[in-house]
Amino acid sequence: MKTAVIVFPGSNCDQDMYYAIKDGLGEDVDYVWHAETSLDGYDAIMIPGGFSYGDYLRCGAIARFAGIMPAVIKAAEEGKPVLGVCNGFQILLEAGLLPGALLKNKNLKFICETVPLKTENNQTMFTSLYKEGEIIRIPIAHGEGNYYCDDETLAELKANHQIVFTYAGENPNGSRADIAGITNRNGNVLGMMPHPERAADAMLGNKDGLRLFQSILNHWRDSVHANCIS
Amino acid sequence: MKKVKVYITLKESVLDPQGQAVMQSLHNMNYPDVQDVRIGKYIELQMEDGADIAQKVDAICDRLLANTVIENYRYEIEEEVRS
Repeated sequence: MKTAVIVFPGSNCDQDMYYAIKDGLGEDVDYVWHAETSLDGYDAIMIPGGFSYGDYLRCGAIARFAGIMPAVIKAAEEGKPVLGVCNGFQILLEAGLLPGALLKNKNLKFICETVPLKTENNQTMFTSLYKEGEIIRIPIAHGEGNYYCDDETLAELKANHQIVFTYAGENPNGSRADIAGITNRNGNVLGMMPHPERAADAMLGNKDGLRLFQSILNHWRDSVHANCIS
Repeated sequence: MKKVKVYITLKESVLDPQGQAVMQSLHNMNYPDVQDVRIGKYIELQMEDGADIAQKVDAICDRLLANTVIENYRYEIEEEVRS
């Protein structure tokens, strides 16, 4: 599996993401600069956290118009796994690849701590190695992770099982319905505020996030296998 | 040349934590008559004039300046006084 980690000016979790895939999974991974225009040849796309373009105007608002974004949208439309974490989630929302928006945390504080998450849907290409309802521990680090959507969108998210992770403990940021991560309707674009790449190595005391990347790899292997025999 | 004044506000349905914090502070300062505070953004654009200027400003607001999932915008187009 060949993965692209998109790097924007201001990305700061790109190296963690790269490390999780290179050393955690042992798979091929490249940094792809935001000014590039093609993602041909990549099987999975990662949009890392950070403060792209200084979070000017709104988080993700300017990154959404970067040169690489049409290629990210194309990859999403082709059904490739696209994962956006933290600022990456914000960018996917601004790009319209996921519904809703992220507001300032309800308590107005930047929150940096490990929180329990509930796996609401393990039938996705990102979560197949988690058990349904499994509680995992993943770090969050954000000031604007307060997920918002209108009632109609929330009903759709629930009906289509697009809510993948919720905060299992106290809701840290005021997110609607305790939402920590959602997919698009097709299930191949996942946006989440918590950082699985920061919980992908036993040396750092937590491997709960690694299974998310392993799930993507398993999905890719299955799809390659299916293509070979078809 | 025109000056375009763009006002961006959070939709009524969206909670404004910053506004709530400011209102709390005003109450603590003994202004209990303040019933609500909403914080928004003000953006000025200097633009070449043209027949389609309003259409362009709408597009600029919809595409970049405002996130219409959570925000509303309005604007005024003013004659720019050249210095």
